[in-house]
Amino acid sequence: MTRLILQRLFYGLLTLFVVSLVVFLATQALPGDAARAMLGRDATPERLTALREQLNLNDPVAVQYGKWIAGLFVLNLGESFANAMPVAEYLGPRVSSSVALMALAAIVATPIAVAIGAYSALRRDRAADHATSMVTLITAAVPEFAVGILLVLVFATGSLQLFPAVFAGSSEAVLESPEQLVLPVATLVIAVSPPIIRMMRASMIEVLESEYVQQARLKGLPERTVIWRHAAPNAIGPVAQVIAVQLGWLAGGVVAIEFLFRFPGVGMALMDAIDNRDIPVIQAVTLLIAAIYIVVNLLADIVGLAANPKVRVSSR
Amino acid sequence: MSTATLETAPADPPAPRRRSGLLHAAWRHGRTKAGVIIVGLVVVVAIAGPFLSPYSPTEPVGPPNSTGVEESLFGTDGIGRDVFSRFLHGGYTLIGIAVLAALGGVAAGAVIGIVAGYLRGWLDEFLMRTNDMVLAFPQLVLALLVMSIIGPQVWLIVLLIGGSHASRVARVAREATLKVIEQDFIKSAEAIGLPRWRIMATEILPNISSPLLVELGLRITYSVGLIATLSFLGMGLQPPTADWGLMINENRVAVTVQPWAVALPVGAVALLTIGANLITDGLSRASIGIDRGVEE
Amino acid sequence: MSNQQPANSGNNEHTALEVDGLTVVGRPSDVEIISGITLRVRRGEILGLVGESGSGKTTLGLSLLAHCKRATEITAGAISLSGTPLLGRTENEVRQMRGRSVAYIPQSPASALNPALRLRTQLSEALHAGPAPGNGTAGDTPRVLDRVREVLREVALPDDDAFLKRYPHQLSGGQQQRVAIAMAFIGYPDLIVLDEPTTGLDVTTQAHVLQTIRRMTRDYGTAGVYISHDMAVVADLADDIAVMYQGDVVERGAANDVLAAPQHPYTARLLRAVPLLKTGGHAEPEEEPGDALLRVRGLQANYGSAPVLQNIDIDVRRGQCVALLGESGSGKTTLSRSVVGLHHRFTGEVLFDGEALAPSSYRRTAEQRRRVQYIFQNPYEALNPRKRVRDLILAPYIHLAGQPTDPDAVVHEALERAALPAAYAERFPEQLSGGERQRVSIARAIATKPDLLICDEITSALDVSVQAEIVQLLRNLQDDGMALLFVTHNIALVSNIAQKVAVLNKGEIVEYGHVGTVMSDPRHSYTRALIADTPDFELSFSESPLHRTIQAPPVKAAPRAE
Repeated sequence: MTRLILQRLFYGLLTLFVVSLVVFLATQALPGDAARAMLGRDATPERLTALREQLNLNDPVAVQYGKWIAGLFVLNLGESFANAMPVAEYLGPRVSSSVALMALAAIVATPIAVAIGAYSALRRDRAADHATSMVTLITAAVPEFAVGILLVLVFATGSLQLFPAVFAGSSEAVLESPEQLVLPVATLVIAVSPPIIRMMRASMIEVLESEYVQQARLKGLPERTVIWRHAAPNAIGPVAQVIAVQLGWLAGGVVAIEFLFRFPGVGMALMDAIDNRDIPVIQAVTLLIAAIYIVVNLLADIVGLAANPKVRVSSR
Repeated sequence: MSTATLETAPADPPAPRRRSGLLHAAWRHGRTKAGVIIVGLVVVVAIAGPFLSPYSPTEPVGPPNSTGVEESLFGTDGIGRDVFSRFLHGGYTLIGIAVLAALGGVAAGAVIGIVAGYLRGWLDEFLMRTNDMVLAFPQLVLALLVMSIIGPQVWLIVLLIGGSHASRVARVAREATLKVIEQDFIKSAEAIGLPRWRIMATEILPNISSPLLVELGLRITYSVGLIATLSFLGMGLQPPTADWGLMINENRVAVTVQPWAVALPVGAVALLTIGANLITDGLSRASIGIDRGVEE
Repeated sequence: MSNQQPANSGNNEHTALEVDGLTVVGRPSDVEIISGITLRVRRGEILGLVGESGSGKTTLGLSLLAHCKRATEITAGAISLSGTPLLGRTENEVRQMRGRSVAYIPQSPASALNPALRLRTQLSEALHAGPAPGNGTAGDTPRVLDRVREVLREVALPDDDAFLKRYPHQLSGGQQQRVAIAMAFIGYPDLIVLDEPTTGLDVTTQAHVLQTIRRMTRDYGTAGVYISHDMAVVADLADDIAVMYQGDVVERGAANDVLAAPQHPYTARLLRAVPLLKTGGHAEPEEEPGDALLRVRGLQANYGSAPVLQNIDIDVRRGQCVALLGESGSGKTTLSRSVVGLHHRFTGEVLFDGEALAPSSYRRTAEQRRRVQYIFQNPYEALNPRKRVRDLILAPYIHLAGQPTDPDAVVHEALERAALPAAYAERFPEQLSGGERQRVSIARAIATKPDLLICDEITSALDVSVQAEIVQLLRNLQDDGMALLFVTHNIALVSNIAQKVAVLNKGEIVEYGHVGTVMSDPRHSYTRALIADTPDFELSFSESPLHRTIQAPPVKAAPRAE
């Protein structure tokens, strides 16, 4: 058990390292003069020199990477090129807004999705199940930005102007304008829920058809005991993984949603940085998103291991 | 022959009917039919659209952001181009790129998955660990990262989307391969010394075609979504091209005055992905039924 | 509550179960899975319900608890338990009767025990003694716990707290089945339904479990319905026997009567197909001429670092059948796979026709691969489902022996020798029954005219009647001069096919010799225990056809006039 967890942790760290290498190589160590490529039309000799200095471009690649990585550990992410302030300072409030947005979406989506999935399984092949299946099929297919726009078209334009179409608050206090959060959160909830619903339904059906549930029924246990003691605990295990994967997906999924609603988070910061060719910010945000994604998946793995009595109590 | 004493079946009993193939079985689900109709509709619009469009997709025909202009069905966009003409021109590139990326991704993923799953050992470890690294990036963020540096190019979109599909398909193909190679007909082929590549091509591949076909449907659905999202973020096809994702990007600020310029492409993208997913679901239900050996 | 009510329809007060005209149909096709079943079992007695796969015996077993699988439904008939009707009650009343009036022991306790719950929870909840259900605790009062410990002692399991804290996966297969038995008896039911409860257990464990079942039903005065495909087990255990065929009970009576004088042709055929242990009456071994075709000396094999085979010496001569007898985990499959080149990590000498065989099949010559062929255990997994029978037979032939001048002749001859019609060449595996698939596997193997055929438990996935046909087919091949290495866990089969037998236990050959000698005078304690624990019965009405070349009567679906 401990060995398995350590092994997972090791692979998680290895993956993080490789991802940081990819981010670094993709942005900075391209063939040719990275500084010139980044500045493009804005390249003046002074700016080129300044950028080369900031990115340590005059050092060998390995040294460049070493300096960059060492900086990460002390939150020295460099200077934002477009905003003329340290990247950490620039991103700080944006990270917390994004985390608030993601957390809200996760808190709303997870219990609802699990409940709908379980209900659907219990009503298998009845009308409610078919309706759920159709709705999840449709919402799973449509890209999240399109879901957001459809929500905007329905709830923010025309006759029903219930919520604002774009976010107008500041990045310091996103939670103070709850009505502005409704559409972005709703979009994310619709986007992350379908796989959780479908997995919960499938897992619950598999467990309900298992021989131990049949045996529990043949023992004459009340249906409530059968479902809550025998079925549900065994059904939730595989779903935990999917939930985690979906929450990890949120980290990347917020980019398009923040862009759509002009929500002041990391996703918006990434899109702005791409527009401005603001390399330090691009590096920091992509690495951050990948790191969240990796860590959440790692947690999912470990939770999955810990929840399985066969692994927890090493056998015989 | 020494079998004379045995009780044998009557000379020529009629053979039991074969179970129908995946496509046949999938077609029996209502949702597959609905999906095919929806996708067919959108594809016809995308392909025939350029020939039917009333105006050029890139030339202004009237005042910007106006609806109810005469001779212009859905009005004009932010710089006065005909919305309907741009809509009719904006589909085929999206669909073409999406299908190309999905096909490439599924093909590459199938090869990686079968090789890793069958040959096992260090090659499996290497391929799957590399795969995990690719999977550690959300597809969209990886594409954004690379394109922000190299710049938006069509071949790059196909490569990035196809590549990130490949690692996801490889996982599925590997799982399916592991299930197949547990079965004794693979050992039977090994016992007579059939070369490994022929075992992979003739014994394994035909037996994982169902999950691969389901993956193809799924990957086309996701490709459409991803490519539209990239265009929407301004990292896909570049102006002045007519493209559904780009149209949404260009016109979303004016959504309150000119909703058609956003609603038409969003509706088309939504219908296309929904239709593709309905077909995928039909395929996957049929493939589960076939694997379980039940006739649905 | 469903306590004993006065018997309603003149029932004998000793009758525990009475089934009348029970019919279950499948939905939506309306096919009758079982039709018009009538049964009666007295307290303290066991009814053996025998049938082959698809006969409807499991459906019948579950319907005795008023339980139907998905898409099936009880449409007619009555079931009464000690005079109390079971059908036509509310869900809640049926639930109250389960566990107290009738209990169920499943086929596979490994999947029927909840992996996430401790034994204590699973056992005490079966007693229905809890407070209002759903409030978390399982009514774990001291009285309940006392009863749990008592019943655990009765099935010879530990009753301490440490044991009660265990999860099912921490038990052995035999222990899991004992827990299932304890769980069934804990509520003093009138009737227990046992669905092949010893499948997957080795014979020694099976003997202990059967003994426990017999003793518990007597002590508790409980009636038992024992569902099985194994006539020998039923003959050992049951007071009455009912034979099921295609959803009907075709014969029912006292066990001795049914075994001695079967009335229905299907019963007779079933009995004749059962391989008998035959501990005596074997022919004297003949002198063996010539050199061994296969000669194994000092073979050792490891799985990882654990040794699975040690010091294996075996000889197989032309036209001879050598049986490799062992329980699961004995290493018998590793040995047979080493011989054919599928298991590479072994040391020692494997000589075929005087030449050494390389460990891997890929290092052997095409001629060697052609002459040694292998048939696999599970016919449902041994044939590529995407190929026609013709291609299944031809592809290996072409790979090993080259393009034949007349491919059709090769296919037809192979099919004919496997007793299949030539028209089967155009079929896909899914269009064949299990027995037919195994014949195709045999046809594929013998198409290349091998000298040695390795058969790895090739009948264990098949019904006994099909098994008898396959064994007959192998005997014919042997008569044509083919050598066989017959791997099996079933000691009764050994007497019926092999001339020599090697008994494998924990990776070593503990006994090796002529079948007659080993069966009538086993030297090693393991072999002796194996013979003693294997259920057996005498066929008094006729000789088993497996010992003679005899034509089994064809089965007719229509029962004989009764």
